[in-house]
Amino acid sequence: MKAPPLLRGLRIRLVVAFALVAAVSALTTGALTYREARTGVLQQSQDTVVKQFRDHVNTLALTVRFPLDQESLDTFAGDVARAGRSQSWRVLAAFGPLRSTSTPGDSFRDLTPRMREAVHKRPATVFQRVVRGGHSSLVVGLPVTFAAARDGRVRASGLEVFLIVPQTNEQAYADALVTAVERATVPALVLAVLLALLAARGVLRPVRELRRAARDMARGNLDTRLRVNGSDELADLSRTFNETAAALAESMAELRRMEARARRFAADVSHELRTPLAAMSAVTDVLDEDAAGLDGDTATAVRLISEETVKLARLVDDLMEISRFDAGAASLHLDEVDLGESVRRTLSSRAWQDSVETELPEVPLRGRLDPRRLDVVVANLVGNALRHGARPVRLRLTAEESADGERWAVLEVSDSGSGIPADVLPHVFERFFKADNARVRTEGSGLGLAITAENVHLHGGTVRVANRPGGGAVFTVGLPLWAHRSEEASS
Amino acid sequence: MPRVLLIEDDRAVREGVELALRRQGHDVAAVETGEDGLARLRSFRPDVVVLDLMLPGMTGLEVCRRIRATDQVPILMATARGDDVDVIVGLEAGADDYVVKPVQARVLEARIRAVLRRVVGTTDGSVPRVEVHGDLTVDRAGLTVTHRGEPIPLAPSELRLLLVLSASPGQVFSRQQLLESVWEHSYHGDSRLVDACVKRLRTKMGEPAGQPRYVQTVRGFGYRFQAQ
Repeated sequence: MKAPPLLRGLRIRLVVAFALVAAVSALTTGALTYREARTGVLQQSQDTVVKQFRDHVNTLALTVRFPLDQESLDTFAGDVARAGRSQSWRVLAAFGPLRSTSTPGDSFRDLTPRMREAVHKRPATVFQRVVRGGHSSLVVGLPVTFAAARDGRVRASGLEVFLIVPQTNEQAYADALVTAVERATVPALVLAVLLALLAARGVLRPVRELRRAARDMARGNLDTRLRVNGSDELADLSRTFNETAAALAESMAELRRMEARARRFAADVSHELRTPLAAMSAVTDVLDEDAAGLDGDTATAVRLISEETVKLARLVDDLMEISRFDAGAASLHLDEVDLGESVRRTLSSRAWQDSVETELPEVPLRGRLDPRRLDVVVANLVGNALRHGARPVRLRLTAEESADGERWAVLEVSDSGSGIPADVLPHVFERFFKADNARVRTEGSGLGLAITAENVHLHGGTVRVANRPGGGAVFTVGLPLWAHRSEEASS
Repeated sequence: MPRVLLIEDDRAVREGVELALRRQGHDVAAVETGEDGLARLRSFRPDVVVLDLMLPGMTGLEVCRRIRATDQVPILMATARGDDVDVIVGLEAGADDYVVKPVQARVLEARIRAVLRRVVGTTDGSVPRVEVHGDLTVDRAGLTVTHRGEPIPLAPSELRLLLVLSASPGQVFSRQQLLESVWEHSYHGDSRLVDACVKRLRTKMGEPAGQPRYVQTVRGFGYRFQAQ
């Protein structure tokens, strides 16, 4: 199971870890210190009290005459309590059935029967710590004994003295310790969180920079570089990133240079071919006219040269056109045209009006387009359908409105042949792509559909090809009618 | 027999075109440079000039300007397609039409004939010979245009364009229509021919910039002639 996204972040993880460490160390140190200090304090105060108590009782016991009566017992208890006045001693003296407390009416609830019994049985000092209602007090029991002179045995005098001392000071001391630990823990936690945030910032800033730079590069800005601060692992990473970016930019630039050279070469070749072709083209009509008067073989040869010169001129023309697209030098010469009329003219100027079934809009469909390029698009698609598909060839022109309210013209050219094989479909707009690998020479230069696509894209339009369910291929061109507002209309 | 002055620097092209045009029945003078061309202009008195734009020394554009400074002989530019800027500048310098090299002889020949037809008057009696539109006087038979009595020297395309437009004042002509009727181009010809020609025409008629009185732009459609 994954943690929620917030908890997966590096920052929150660092904060939690730092806070945990700080809390655990502060609390452990505090707890140990508290325990040791409290024990020490209690032990010391207890020893002092017991010693004082015993000394006082010893001293006072010498002044007492046995057996005691109630009055002397009261005096004795009062005297002992007076000795420890400053520590709020409460004293109980018992002699046989007689009892006396230093504070009249004191119930001595803290004195347990077990303790009384222990004092009664053994001639030794007994003490016990009693906690009642959150207050702890020390209870000390002491039997007064006579030291026997002869046999060394100790005999109980029957006088037993008990003392209860509230341990308020010790309690306050322990409480202060707890408070101190608590007070130390809070700043430690705050400090830990601050440190964690600082550390997270130190780590996260380079990471964020790296992410931004990587995204930037993905968008194609290959000159993105990171600022490298310091010499830690993140700085190393940034440096590596910069080196990678530089290497990438360099190879991209090299690729572009090579591509530009290749394109430049194609353009130059076409350009150089044009001058000799211009001379040859000028005289093909002369050859055609005179071929009739030549003998068989010469006439065939002359006609061949003439025909191929015309084809070569068309090919070079197409190559020049493609070069201009590649160089970004192709420009639109926009004019407002009636698309239906334009299509009709394209067909009639090539004497295709009887070969194509047209379905044109009844109301004029007007748009701001380049008429020459529109002519090229229609002529290439229809010419392609007539050459490679089977008749009837259909042309349909409709208007459409896109989701954002833009008016589009949709031109569909379909044939009734066997369609285009599925593996060929994605490549039909590629240059010099021939559906059959035999490279069968056709009328076209092999650039017609590539030029068509470029012309459509130059208008901001779309072109696609598919096979119809009933057989035959259908080319669909979408052209935005008013994508190019008249910026030069006032000329 | 139309007289054609061919200015073309490449020997093969020059010889090929000269041969083809001569066989079509033209009287051809072929020269290699712009300077030679300008020199032959006086002596040869051509009916049409076929001018290569890419010339060593004096450029085709300069030749075009110099010819127009003194002469309204039809000028046909030969360019390489894609030299778009050259085409525009050439048209604005006063060329009447252009062909893209390589060009077949019959296409060049057709363009030459079309240019030559522009300088032939078209009056069949149904329209008056001389029309007056405000300060403008158009003589359809004499093929002269005067503005406040001052003759305006118009190149063949400019004249033909004005004649076509002024024959139906108020009617809007699309650029395609004008290409067909003035230049005898296909419907999909280069509409910049029309725009450049209108610009030249307005300049010669002394139209105030941005507020043409006679040949007006109809945004989104084309042009119309407005009789004052």
